[in-house]
Parts: sequence; structure tokens; C-alpha cells
Amino acid sequence: MAGQTLYDKLWSQHLVKERDDGTALIYIDRQLLHEVTSPQAFEGLRLAGRKPWRLDANLATPDHNVPTTVKERAEGNAGIKDPVSLIQVQTLDDNCVEFGIEEFKINDPRQGIVHVVGPEQGATLPGMTVVCGDSHTATHGAFAALAHGIGTSEVEHVLATQCLLAQKMKNMQVRVEGKLGVGVTAKDVVLAIIGKIGTAGGTGYAIEFAGSAIRDLSMEGRMTVCNMAIEAGARVGLIAVDDTTIEYLAERPFAPRGEQWQAAVADWRNLVSDSDAEFDKVVTLDAAEIEPQVSWGTSPEMVTGISGEVPDPAEQDDDTVKRGYTRALEYMGLAPKQKITDIKLDKVFIGSCTNSRIEDLREAAKVAKGQKVAASIELAMVVPGSGLVKRQAEAEGLDKIFIEAGFEWREPGCSMCLAMNADKLGAGEHCASTSNRNFEGRQGYGGRTHLVSPAMAAAAAIAGHFVDVRRLDAQPVTEEA
Amino acid sequence: MRKFERTEGLVAPLDRANVDTDLIIPKQFLKSIKRTGFGVNLFDELRYLDEGQPGQDCSQRPLNPEFVLNQPRYQGASVLLARRNFGCGSSREHAPWALEDFGFRVVIAPSFADIFYNNAFKNGLLLVTLPEDVIDRLFREVEANEGYRLDVDLENQRVITPSGEILEFEVDAFRKHCLLEGLDDIGITLQDEDAIRAFEAKHRQERPWLFRDSAQA
Ligand code: SF4
Repeated sequence: MAGQTLYDKLWSQHLVKERDDGTALIYIDRQLLHEVTSPQAFEGLRLAGRKPWRLDANLATPDHNVPTTVKERAEGNAGIKDPVSLIQVQTLDDNCVEFGIEEFKINDPRQGIVHVVGPEQGATLPGMTVVCGDSHTATHGAFAALAHGIGTSEVEHVLATQCLLAQKMKNMQVRVEGKLGVGVTAKDVVLAIIGKIGTAGGTGYAIEFAGSAIRDLSMEGRMTVCNMAIEAGARVGLIAVDDTTIEYLAERPFAPRGEQWQAAVADWRNLVSDSDAEFDKVVTLDAAEIEPQVSWGTSPEMVTGISGEVPDPAEQDDDTVKRGYTRALEYMGLAPKQKITDIKLDKVFIGSCTNSRIEDLREAAKVAKGQKVAASIELAMVVPGSGLVKRQAEAEGLDKIFIEAGFEWREPGCSMCLAMNADKLGAGEHCASTSNRNFEGRQGYGGRTHLVSPAMAAAAAIAGHFVDVRRLDAQPVTEEA
Repeated sequence: MRKFERTEGLVAPLDRANVDTDLIIPKQFLKSIKRTGFGVNLFDELRYLDEGQPGQDCSQRPLNPEFVLNQPRYQGASVLLARRNFGCGSSREHAPWALEDFGFRVVIAPSFADIFYNNAFKNGLLLVTLPEDVIDRLFREVEANEGYRLDVDLENQRVITPSGEILEFEVDAFRKHCLLEGLDDIGITLQDEDAIRAFEAKHRQERPWLFRDSAQA
């Protein structure tokens, strides 16, 4: 018999019951909650007179609607000016009190984007099933946790039953072998993967990211890769446990202690695909060939290397692709064959659950140090993923580097990733963004998003247009600005 | 989910094909944090003469006197008689929430859109499919007779008219069971409560660190 994949192992460790129609009941170890997708779920519990099945499995924090300026945040919830947003955050607070769920409130130093907070607290552990009413829950798969994004009805279902109705997915392995070039990061790896397999390439699969280039990534980098599994169409992204995973988790507040820690680590060592496991599909990339990536269109698969150019729709054979490209270029205000380095920017956003962890901020700060944001850039902002990331960055003096360079240094939250708070793009504005989605209107009505790594975003802020971070040492960017 | 009880109710006719979910509940009301309270905005664009905003006091808004649900003779209706392809459009669960919240227990039509069909049954709303010619006749009878009521008996899968005529309908056995028992997905999963508890106990024993209370003991 062939060995098991990591996904197979996690699935069978949580299988409560299989039904005749192929659906299964799987047990959920951790549910993360935020203000946008939970209110109707709590309301449903209330109407049915139900209680959460297991309180300690849940952890909540507001993130999507919270304002990010220091002044507004100082006022707590009262600083939220949009009344609809305020009600959503207030409702999360009230529900957590009523049902007894632990919440990191708006001004708790541990508050932040759920997908940053979970791992940072050790609330995400290897071998867990993790759910959240948010599609980027795949992030947690970096810890060899089976992590699903779910809908509001399912949030209620998990609260009430501690289980999820699910169907087993197929297994895909994406191998990235070799060494990444200097200046090439996890974000570039995942954008290159999406560029290769497409946004539907992973549909129906759980993707395990493997290979030496993935092994070489830090936990922060691995989270960035798994975060965007959903942009490749897969609800689940996974990376096997190794020393990097275990070192990251030691001493985290929610992590096991003492003997429990020893036992847990011994168990976690098995959370790897067996050497003879069979995948339904395998995709391989050569790390050395990956350049810093920039998305030019309105879907994450519309991406290319920094030395590339915007494609010409007329050169596409497939009619659907041709129409899609034409529409995307029109929306983005770009010309066929325009060089990526000729794309001028209006705003720069460094943040989101993809790239707002300490390592991301360090990489951006390295580029920004001693430089100035170009005069043509209207706003360049850095939004840390959590209060603890912010503190750490300030302890390292990164905030000063950013502020001196002309970036705004903000309070933690989702911010301009989806523009549910006041941080938005104006119509027609181009933004270098470290987030994960470049859909039409995502960052504001008519806004034009280009997905890039933190270092590339910082470099673009200084130059006023995209530049190749790999060339920065040789060529001072101030000249280009 | 509430159990579906046999409904002997006043019928309101909505004489329009392809009623979509946007018409049932417009998008601006989806910002709500609740699953209830959508009733006042059911068919908002048809019902009121102004543009509705979330959180507004609807009792102050100008009503469209032409719209069927605003007519005195249909106040308190619990059965909606509708036309072909009712509930087409988006997947919003807010559509059945709004119909239910308004007070409808049954919608009778020649056909329904797929996703709406699923969503309705998940939320305790019975959808009855009857042939087009029968629906035509019912529309004529409702309009001709003020106070026209239908008796909807899910158990025996039949609708009984005031004259005693019996109209039989089909419904999938599993959905019927869930509706009669008041079982939603959660209710059904909770029928496996023992299996979940047994799994949980074993899981805790094998991997205690996954449970916060035993992880740091
Ligand atoms: S940062 Fe963006 S993608 Fe991530 S959870 Fe928030 S809104 Fe969603």
C-alpha cells in the first residue's frame, strides 16, 4: 500500500464519521473568529437556543473594520467612524462576552489580523484542524495544520457541533527546488506558482508545498506561501513540520508546556508526507528561475517578472484569455507591451495577512533605510499585522526607518487589503500592494492593485515606479525618483 | 430550525416571473449583522416608493399602493403564490431569511431556482412546485375571492383548496424529513452527538496538547 500524504494523515486524524453520500464529519480543533462573518452565526445559535460546543477551541479578534490611525485607535471602538463597521465590531465584543469566547479586543496589544494572531499566539499548532470564516485561513497550513476557510452557516455549525461537514480533496504537491536568488522572497515564489498553475489550478486539491526552496523559508515566508493557496484555487495549503516549525512555536502563549511539549513535538515529527505517498498531481518549479514578481492585471494569475512586460492581448490564441486580458488592461490603464518598470504608482500598501509579519517589515525597512518616498507617491503606508508585530518592529527601530523615509506607520488591521475601513484607493490610482487580491475594486472603487513583495513595494515607493530590488545596490534608487 | 407545521393560510399572489434574489432583498441590506429583521425590506424596491437604506425606520417610508403585499386584503398572508423561476440570481441566504421574517411559510410556484431552493429548505421555508396550469387557476381563484386560503399539508404532500380540491405535490424525502422535524444541518450533525463526544474523548487522550485546558497542565 502506498504511503500517506500529510493531508491524508491530517484528514484521518480528524475523521469523526463518513456518510454514504461521501460527505464526512471532521472534528475542528481551533476556530478563529472576526467581526464580519460571525454575527449571523452567533445570532443563529441564539435563535436556536444553542451554546458553543467547546469554548476553549475559539479565539476572536476584530480586524477587517478597525481604523489604523493612531488617533482613531486611541479612542477604542468609538474611533470607528462608519456606524455599520462600528456595529460589527461592537457585536463581536458583545457576542464574545455573551458566549464566553476569548477575544483580543481592538486595543489589546495582541489584537491583529486573525491569520497573523493565530500563529503568533501558538493558537495554531501542527496537527490541528483550523477554521475561520475567511478564505485566507489556508495560511495556517504552514504549520502542517489542516486549515479551511468557511462560510457563515459553517461558522455556526462549528460553534455548535465542533465539526465541519466536508468532502475529501485530492492531493497536489508543488515542489520548488533549488536556491532563491537574492531579493527573491516567499511572495515571489507563490505569485510565480499562481502564474504557472492559474487561479483555478488548485481547485479541488489540497496543495502541499515542498522542495528545498520551501524548506529554506522561515515560518513567516511559509505563511505567505500558504496564505495564497486560495488564489491558486485551493482551499488548503500545507507545509510539513521540521525544525523551523518547532522552533517557531516553542514558548508561544497557547503552545503546550513541559512534558506536553515533548510529547507534542514527538507527534509533530510525523506530520510529513511519507516518502512513498502518491499525489494526484505534482508541479515543479526551479527556484533559481523565479524573479521578483509584479501583477499587472485583475487576477492574481496575471503576473510576471520585474524584467517583463505587460502582455499583448492580440498575441493570445485563446479567445476567452484575449477578452480577459483586454478587459484587465483597460481597467488597469496599461498598454500592451508596456515595461513593468514603467508602471508609475500613486500609493503603496505594506500590510495584510500575506505580508505584515516582522520579517516582511524587516525586508521593507532594509530597502527604505536612508531613502525617501518619491514626491509623486501620494500615500505610502505600513500596517503591521498585529499589535505584537508592531511592538517588535518598534523595538528594532523599524518604525523610525519608515517614518524618516516618508511612510505612514499605522496600527494593526486588514486596512487597505480590502478597504472596509477608511484606507482606500481612489479611482484610477495604481498601488503597489503586498496583499493577495488584485480584483477590480478590491482596494477601493476603480483602484488598480499590483501585487508584490514587501521589498518590491518599498523600492517602488522610493522610485515612484516599479524597480528591480535586485539592482538596488548597484544603482541608487534616489536618482530614479 | 423551526418545525414546519401544517399551514392553513391566507394566500398573496405575486404575478411576475423570474423574481430574483435582488428583488427579494436588495444588496444594501446584506451589511446587516443579523439573520432576522429582513422582513421589512422584503421586496423593498417593489414595496416602497423611495430607495431603502439599511437601518431606516420603514414605517415612515411611502408605500407603493399598487404592490400586492400593501393591499389590505392580503395583510397577514403566509402563503405566497408565485410564477416561474422564483428566486433566481445570487446565492444570498438573506432571500429566504426575508421571506420567513415577513411571515411567509410556503411559496407555491411552477418552478424555483436551484440555490434558492436549497437555501429555503435550510431555513424552514417550504417550496411547493405545482404545474403551470394549476398555478394559473390558483391565481384566478385568489384574485376573485377575498380571504382566499390554502391548507398546506406537508406530511401528506398535498394542498387543499377552499372547495376541498386536493392538489398533490412532490418533495424529496430527506428535505421533507428535515422540515417536519425542524432539523437544520446543525440539528442533523447533532444526531451524531455521541459519535462526536466519543471522538473528542479519544482525540483528547491521544493529543491532549490540542486542548488548551490540558496543554499547559
Ligand atoms: S488582510 Fe485582507 S485577505 Fe487577509 S484577512 Fe484581512 S481582508 Fe482578508
